[in-house]
Amino acid sequence: MSDTSIVRERPETSPQPTPHSPGRLLEPLLNQLGKPGRRAFVLPKLDVPAAPLEKLLPADLIRREPVPLPEVSERDLVKHYMRLAHLNFSGETNFYPLGSCTMKYNPKVNEEIAGLAGFAKVHPYTPDEGAQGILKLLFELEEQFKEILGMDAVTLQPAAGAHGELTALLMAKAYHAAQHKPRHKVVVPDSAHGTNPASAALCGFDVVEVKSTTRGRASVQELKAAISEDVAVFMMTNPNTLGLFEEDVVEIAKLVHQKGGLMYLDGANMNALLGICRAGDMGFDMVHVNIHKTFSIPHGSGGPGGGPVGVKSHLKPFLPGPIIVQEKSAYRLVSPGPSSIGRVRSFFGNTGALVRAYAYIKALGKEGLRRVSEGAILNANYLKALLKGVYPIPVDETCMHEFVASAAQTKSAYGIKAMDIAKRLLDYGFYAPTICFPLIVEEALMIEPSETESKEVLESFAAALIAIAEEAKNFPQKVKGAPHRMPVTRLDEVLAAREPNVRWRTGA
Amino acid sequence: MEFVPITTEDKQAMLRKIGVGSMEKLLECVPKSVPRADLKMPAGLSEPELIRLAEELAARNVTTKSHVSFLGAGSYEHFISSVVRYIFSRGEFLTAYTPYQPEASQGTLQAMYEFQSLLCDLTGMDAANASLYEGGSALAEACILALRETERTKLVVARGVHPEHRQTLKTYLQQIGTEIVELEARDGVSDSKKAAAQIDSKTAAVVVQIPNAFGCIEPVRELEKLAHQNGALFIVAVNPISLGVLQSPGSYGADIVVGEGQSLGTDLLYGGPYLGLFACREKFIRKIPGRIVGMTRDAHGRRGFVLTLQTREQHIRRAKATSNICTNEAMMALAAAVYLGSLGKEGFRDVAVQNLRKAHHCFDRVTKIPGIRPLFQAPFFNEFAVSLPVDPEEVNRRLMKAGFLGGFPLKRWDPQLADGYLIAVTEARSKEQIDRFAAALQEAIK
Repeated sequence: MSDTSIVRERPETSPQPTPHSPGRLLEPLLNQLGKPGRRAFVLPKLDVPAAPLEKLLPADLIRREPVPLPEVSERDLVKHYMRLAHLNFSGETNFYPLGSCTMKYNPKVNEEIAGLAGFAKVHPYTPDEGAQGILKLLFELEEQFKEILGMDAVTLQPAAGAHGELTALLMAKAYHAAQHKPRHKVVVPDSAHGTNPASAALCGFDVVEVKSTTRGRASVQELKAAISEDVAVFMMTNPNTLGLFEEDVVEIAKLVHQKGGLMYLDGANMNALLGICRAGDMGFDMVHVNIHKTFSIPHGSGGPGGGPVGVKSHLKPFLPGPIIVQEKSAYRLVSPGPSSIGRVRSFFGNTGALVRAYAYIKALGKEGLRRVSEGAILNANYLKALLKGVYPIPVDETCMHEFVASAAQTKSAYGIKAMDIAKRLLDYGFYAPTICFPLIVEEALMIEPSETESKEVLESFAAALIAIAEEAKNFPQKVKGAPHRMPVTRLDEVLAAREPNVRWRTGA
Repeated sequence: MEFVPITTEDKQAMLRKIGVGSMEKLLECVPKSVPRADLKMPAGLSEPELIRLAEELAARNVTTKSHVSFLGAGSYEHFISSVVRYIFSRGEFLTAYTPYQPEASQGTLQAMYEFQSLLCDLTGMDAANASLYEGGSALAEACILALRETERTKLVVARGVHPEHRQTLKTYLQQIGTEIVELEARDGVSDSKKAAAQIDSKTAAVVVQIPNAFGCIEPVRELEKLAHQNGALFIVAVNPISLGVLQSPGSYGADIVVGEGQSLGTDLLYGGPYLGLFACREKFIRKIPGRIVGMTRDAHGRRGFVLTLQTREQHIRRAKATSNICTNEAMMALAAAVYLGSLGKEGFRDVAVQNLRKAHHCFDRVTKIPGIRPLFQAPFFNEFAVSLPVDPEEVNRRLMKAGFLGGFPLKRWDPQLADGYLIAVTEARSKEQIDRFAAALQEAIK
């Protein structure tokens, strides 16, 4: 579909946008702006001899026509992106209770620190003697994660949580191979994040899913049946995706270890555990944390993040490289030993993000870290209490940092699904919870308020959800047709998938 | 510092509403069998203390501000417009999540659609995703697609592919039984005569990087023929800046284009976060890893954008997903789009041409120094290898004292290249800096 045809089909009552007087609702595409000859950024003049390109490059590889990039002035470029910015909800402008995503406030001081030339303008191949400040920071950050997680060694290299899972599972595979007992299965609960089975499959494991109990916990009985000497790893999320603490974790760890398997903690929900209990003390051999969740790195519309992995000593030889070592008062990057799984990426890691995590941990210290998790747990339980009786909570027990409510009743009574409630929340100025996950709860609304929201915000959010429950009863069409106050109404995802249009066509 | 707004009074009121007497009572949901933590960590810092600490650490690093840099090897210093930093800093993008609710995320979604479009225009491909982690994992993801698509088990990879990307590929794929064969090289580029014997009917993909890790321009047209004659996919890794003067991989038959996109508006950042580029032919669109934004319509027929083809992804398909990736590098993709917009058609070409000409000027100066000779004869873009008569690491120590961040000692990648030295020159270097560097290098090898 071409863009112009869509503009034509806009309702007559809407303002008709042109690239230079766009309606409030529709920002033209970048390639519809500008005209030949406009530039935003101009280089200093070339000050070396202008040798002909034919002398420098093979004739059959020289580009004959410039890449058809948009030609816009600086003013138009900024206007374009600011208009786009204003179409977004964000953690900074809205309450963003997206379950399992920990959309906490991102401290501004972290941005200032990460922007220091001494961090931002350091080349990854700078000789170690020229990168002592960064290496010290990264070394100390590893030590901090070891302490927070109760682990013996940490790699900071994984670029995200799923990358951390991949790294850890590759290490588990190498560990079992080194014991001459290759194992082929990874077990996950049915409430697991999708990345768990996807990462296991990428490592060549067969994935076995086990049912949760009616109380939303991993079932010791089911596990007893599933755990064999062919199981390499049991991947667990604790608190799990229902926001519930896995009470049998210590017993489960014993069970898995008895059969020679490894325990992996998906640390996506680490925001509930800081200073309260530690992965290592619960019996986990490996854990990843999402620094873009728990450790306040802004999520950047999807990334970047960071997924450091902590392991117990028996897995240390398998860590990816390079590794930071401290020698006397100097730090060095060295290649890992022969058992290492190798590299999982180029260069050291997402250092720019790790610097922010370091600053966050330093700012909070021991007491501050615990206040984070206590605050997250208090906020979640308070919000749950406010919604009680309006939205059923399938497992209504004390939750940790998040909880899962269900829209099953509004669906059966009024045809209003979790998706409809999510869209209507946008009209009230709140981003939506995670919906339809975990898969074990019908019409799930997975709500994570985080510790950085005030009591008043939680109350107004609860009031909105309660008002929507009333609307579902009295004005169901209003809810089904939501959102009404966003730049666009509900978007046709089926059309998008059936006739993929994933780029503009230059000249079209 | 304190980011939790819950006052003592709030806390009491909230606990009352919850129906418990204390925080400790609430925490009883953590069973007694789980040991309680007592972290050995110092107390938190105030903002001024934290900034002082960070500044002290930052001051101990050599930067492209403190030294004039000729270091590249996969990560490059370029001029970046202030506009890029400004847009990057905007909380509306920076503090949003992956756009799961499209109606409240049209800004991000349109920006990602535009990024995908710009990447397609650069590479000559039909489709692109909204970014992967960095160049190495992007290459691994491309190879996974090729292995699945062809149902073959062998990859033929040029030696000129960045060694750390090759190592990443090995970590991802060798453990599941993929055979990875190194394409032999001669004079810094792939030996297409020998390649003919290495590429066969078991080959899922031929993988090449242009310019390659040693700066050289590979004989891509010959390699493309060999790949396609054998039914293999042709995967091309690029430095996107070079596409301002080099033909797009699409024009010489690439099936998938990947690359490290750091050059497009991202700082050096000691190695990350960078930008994994991934673009491909239309026919692979339903097999692409990661997020893709598509244009669609809303209930009133208005244009809008959504995350699309999500049935490829881990949150829907779980163990059968095309990739396990969830979080990507969207902000870096945004920076790349703003960067390309800031340069425009002529400006982007200008950047590439300046890289090319300045690197050649530097080459002319450096190779005139007695004792230094070019390592290869192949044409290059903005980086070239020479051999030094003195240990390159020692040379770099001397250069650092003279205010330069020297080139890359190639022995860090390959011990056989003990005297090899890779020099990168971008548009950010002036003639005066290049000439001074040549003089300092001459001094440093004495």
